[in-house]
Amino acid sequence: MIPTPDLSHLTSEDYALTYEPAEDTFLFLDALESDVEDLKNSRPLICLEIGSGSGCVSSFIGQILGPSVLYLCTDINPHACRCSQSTGKQNKVSLECVNTSFASPLMSRLRHQVDVVLFNPPYVPTEYEEAHIAQQAKSISGAWAGGYDGMQVTNTFLETVKDLLSDKGRFYLVALKQNNIPEIQRRMLDEHNLESEVVLQRRAGREHLFILRFTIKKKVITS
Amino acid sequence: MVRLVTHNLLACHAKDCNTNNFPLVFQNVQLEIREAEFNSDFIRNFLPKIEWNALVKTAYELGDTSLPQDQPEMVDDEFLKNLHHVLFEIHIIEGGMVCPNCKHNYPISDGIPNMLLAEHEIA
Repeated sequence: MIPTPDLSHLTSEDYALTYEPAEDTFLFLDALESDVEDLKNSRPLICLEIGSGSGCVSSFIGQILGPSVLYLCTDINPHACRCSQSTGKQNKVSLECVNTSFASPLMSRLRHQVDVVLFNPPYVPTEYEEAHIAQQAKSISGAWAGGYDGMQVTNTFLETVKDLLSDKGRFYLVALKQNNIPEIQRRMLDEHNLESEVVLQRRAGREHLFILRFTIKKKVITS
Repeated sequence: MVRLVTHNLLACHAKDCNTNNFPLVFQNVQLEIREAEFNSDFIRNFLPKIEWNALVKTAYELGDTSLPQDQPEMVDDEFLKNLHHVLFEIHIIEGGMVCPNCKHNYPISDGIPNMLLAEHEIA
């Protein structure tokens, strides 16, 4: 059992501005833990978390994979970046935090270089406007407001994640049943050649949460 | 935190800025040197990911001249230690990074680079 990262340094003021780890976060940690052997065996060199928030997930994977990995974190919310950085420090994991949207300024240098991509997106179905304004404001509501189907923000990233993944790259995504998991899986395979599996799923109150793992579908050579 | 390893991965992403947009040039920076544990395997593995010319140019601009202009073919311990220092021990706490092409200035505050763009600047 790998301990949950120490978050005791974060205060209610931090959680007024940054998403506080909740059931979705903990399911994400459990999914990563269940993949721990495969993750280690894949010998990753670069790990990138989009929307790292409190920094809980990156600190957790940092404890699993150790110091021979570069851990990059991005968040549009500057408070979240500060929290991620302090959570890394608290848990003795070096996190490189960048205040930006998705992986935008990293795309050209990290093309097909990232071995582990992590994304717990704003997945809650809301009005289009609510999600749009939340992303614009770069505030805490941007951590959950997901617009139509809860997929407004996620879809933008799904269009580009293939460009980041290395050959052995894995992409972990948190999703909600209402996000239409089979449709996401089919679309990623058809349009981006990424096959996927549900690593874990759990009902937590009103939410039925899923953790998906995407990998590049290898060409099968038939004779 | 902005260390040179991160800086070596960041390019200007403003709308229509696609050439000569890397490396960003540090400006008015406050540095701090913080010791980090030397991990020779990691550095060896990471070496192929580095844009060498950008790293050396940036290190020189920050006053560190320990790295050779050309990436050596033979990697020895002294070289790895210098590289470790440049990549992982120099922290940029305050200042900015300017795009050599469009001159967009990305501020750094509390060791966090602000790479956000205004809506009209997003590609």
